[in-house]
Amino acid sequence: MSEPTRILATDCGSTTTKAILIEKRDGEWRLICRGEAPTTVEAPYDDVTVGVTNAVREVEELAGLTLMGENGLLHPADGARGVDLYLSTSSAGGGLQMTVAGVVKAMSAESAERAALGAGAIIMDVIAVDDGRRDWQKIERIRSLRPDMVLVSGGTDGGTVSHLVDIAEMLVAADPKPRLGGNMKLPVIYAGNRDARDAVRQLLDGRVDLRITENLRPQLDREDLYPAREAIHELFLQHVMQQAPGYSKLSTWTDAGIMSTPNAVGKMVQTAAEQLGVQVLAVDIGGATTDVFSVFQGIYNRTVSANLGMSYSICNVLAEAGIENIVRWLPFEADRWSIRNRLRNKMIRPTTIPETLEDLMVEQAVAREALRLAFEHHKMLARGLMGVQQTRTVGDMLSQAQTGATLVDMMRCDLIIGSGGVLSHAPRRAEAALMMLDAYQPEGITRLAVDSIFMMPQLGVLSTLQPEAATAVFQRDCLIRLGTVVAPAGTGKPGSQVCTVSFGGRTESVEFGEVRVLPLGEGETVEAEVVPAKGWDAGAGRGKAVRGTLEGGVVGLILDGRGRPMVIPAEPAERAALMRRTRQAFGLPEEV
Amino acid sequence: MATAYTPGLTVSRSVLVRKTRRLPLPGEVLVDVGAKVEPQDVLARAELPGIMRTVRAAELLGQEPHDLPQYLLVKEGDQVEKGDVLCRSTSFFGLFKNECRAPVSGRVEMINPVSGNIGIREAPSPVEVTAYIRGTVTEILPREGAVVETRGALIQGIFGVGGERCGRIRVVAAGPDRNVTPDDIPDDVAGCVVVGGAGASLDAIRAAAEKGAVGFVVGGVVDEDLIGYLGHDIGVAITGQEPVPATLILTEGFGSLRMADRTWELFTELEGETASINGATQIRAGVIRPEVIVPRDTAAGDAGTPGRGMLEVGSTIRIIREPNFGVLGEVVELPAQLQTVPSGATVRVLIARLSDGRVVTVPRANVELIEK
Repeated sequence: MSEPTRILATDCGSTTTKAILIEKRDGEWRLICRGEAPTTVEAPYDDVTVGVTNAVREVEELAGLTLMGENGLLHPADGARGVDLYLSTSSAGGGLQMTVAGVVKAMSAESAERAALGAGAIIMDVIAVDDGRRDWQKIERIRSLRPDMVLVSGGTDGGTVSHLVDIAEMLVAADPKPRLGGNMKLPVIYAGNRDARDAVRQLLDGRVDLRITENLRPQLDREDLYPAREAIHELFLQHVMQQAPGYSKLSTWTDAGIMSTPNAVGKMVQTAAEQLGVQVLAVDIGGATTDVFSVFQGIYNRTVSANLGMSYSICNVLAEAGIENIVRWLPFEADRWSIRNRLRNKMIRPTTIPETLEDLMVEQAVAREALRLAFEHHKMLARGLMGVQQTRTVGDMLSQAQTGATLVDMMRCDLIIGSGGVLSHAPRRAEAALMMLDAYQPEGITRLAVDSIFMMPQLGVLSTLQPEAATAVFQRDCLIRLGTVVAPAGTGKPGSQVCTVSFGGRTESVEFGEVRVLPLGEGETVEAEVVPAKGWDAGAGRGKAVRGTLEGGVVGLILDGRGRPMVIPAEPAERAALMRRTRQAFGLPEEV
Repeated sequence: MATAYTPGLTVSRSVLVRKTRRLPLPGEVLVDVGAKVEPQDVLARAELPGIMRTVRAAELLGQEPHDLPQYLLVKEGDQVEKGDVLCRSTSFFGLFKNECRAPVSGRVEMINPVSGNIGIREAPSPVEVTAYIRGTVTEILPREGAVVETRGALIQGIFGVGGERCGRIRVVAAGPDRNVTPDDIPDDVAGCVVVGGAGASLDAIRAAAEKGAVGFVVGGVVDEDLIGYLGHDIGVAITGQEPVPATLILTEGFGSLRMADRTWELFTELEGETASINGATQIRAGVIRPEVIVPRDTAAGDAGTPGRGMLEVGSTIRIIREPNFGVLGEVVELPAQLQTVPSGATVRVLIARLSDGRVVTVPRANVELIEK
């Protein structure tokens, strides 16, 4: 095939199917347009291709092209007809749902969890020999869940066999059934001790659809998640996708296997981290779930908080965060019960949108808590290997650092990317910046960006075949650069100095509790020196100056002197006043 | 998207209702096409395989797993009763005996010399699926279940808790805008589906349940009362399994919300008739709404299956988000251009004349169509 010049990519979400069209024009890959339509995996359609066709029709109308014929997409592109490449991702029908099992909860079971999450799965339960539950409780749990597949891990190569046999026996005892396809055998991936393969095979062969892959924790201090993730992806294509309504037809249209949406977003995040040479944190906050992705120290991690979202799961955010944590972000005193009823009504009518400013502020307050809770979850799982012996120097002896410490270091985070309706479609970009700032509390110098129209999934799957096109569109059309935040870590008294920031012949002094937003447009950069006050750290240690390039964006340069961790006054009027002042600094309306 | 609005819930005097009744696993279908069924009739039955109980036999005998076979008194496939000896070891010339007994009755399915465990599979338990509604079997789903059809009234709610129940409709509120208190609940509501107006207090719902009501349908409840009724909070809108004494169905939402006139009028017309109700709600991935189904042999009125009409000038709509939550109106204009609303969002809107005469601009996503 000659070099492609027109590519169509779709993402079949649980609610909406989104299509993007990109073309190579004058030697540059650019986004041409985007179309969307309701996803149609449910009755009365029961065929995902109906929604895909509708979304592509919208693209056709907007682009003035004919992309589809009677039997699917037209290949290759010829003038105003057809496409050279068509790719798709999917999270429709509940996405990929997995149960994972391991021997030790904090070791092999956790590695298995990371492998499954990284492959784009939602984890229904983590079963471990030492998880504190009785065997019969675990068996009943395995039976009651109907996952798409199970991942079994445990034991280093040459280590325990009997515990893996125990896990296999539990699976035999539970006799679990797959979620889709009544007569299909449940796919089980074994990625544990090589020496236990025969014993496991003897127990499970014939009872389940057993796949054996490399041990994901071959040694205590080594984690090898790639083979297990590939096995998950392969089974996802062979089983889950083939059982979902219309997917076997859709897979005849695509030029590569359909990828699970979070897997694709993860690929794009990894590509971005590698190409930009940055440590990155990315989030996709949806109606039902919030996915968090990170690349720190070159290690990719993804977690999904399955019940933290802005519509279907909005009341779970309320339940987990508590009403007080939500109302603390509002610039006005709010009636708690009225807000609770309001959130319940959003849950049962999830497609409605805030019409009033007050309603918008309430939703964005919930979003901060959903982002914060999902981030806490991510930090717990994105960590070094537990139980690994470390050689400690005299210096290390003085620190309290333990094995399994989180890899997420906000002081070292260079870029935060926000995605999902509440961030990508916030009426004002400054609102997205402020939500991420409040939820993640970045430290030192950090760039902020949002995915303009949520096309990271499509670009992620594209990056596997056409990395150049994916990166070009990601940089030019996907990322909206919001600006850079300078936020020294520390705390102080009101009015005391936090730092000075010098650039372009001027010096700005930041006081504790203050936020200032300075104009610095998209594409603009300044060389700056940040000198933290005594006791404050801007990235080089307490009181030590940091030099760097600050990038502008649609919001500008944000100087955040609210301290880290951020202190929010307990007194309601004082708290509301702080929120009003902060909004004012960002040029956001303060009064409802 | 070209159709950015929420389709309304079905409230119909007479529609064809089709219920697909499936077993959770393959089994035997007990009815034929054409059979007349009542709600409690069993359509299909399956045997849910029993759980396998693992006995750590070698460990209990104090022996190595690979030595287990020499102590066994049973073999794979044997039926055992609770208390039967599965294996026995002796030491000191038979002076000391260690025994391992079956903790449950069942079939020996597995003897594993690697782990030293014995697995006993308990007897299967029957699972049945009932007809749920009065009607006619129109299709058999081999080994899975059947489709039951009936013609009658269908009222979909917006949210519910509790599962399938069957009872007589009993309207207890004086009007669609009235809140029900415990005093409004008559003593003879046992076996009834109680219908209230705009709202019901927790005490009123509890009073109805204590008097034996099997269901409670009302415009809205406040969040606090739902938590009180369930005894816990609900985070995600996937319901239907709650062990509540009476299934609760909200027709409008949370808060005290006047029941839509059309819904109210239909309930008053259905007073005394037998309804099948289900509070199961699932907002995500295959929307399931709670429902009240009343099979009627001689129903007149709007026939046909529930439709999904298009939004057009003249359509009757209800606003489903602040600041005019719950207010009815008529579409007077559908501007093609996106417009900016007070929140700052630029969205597709419609212009509606409300029932109180005001003309307002509303995001299309924030209205639902009231089907005529």
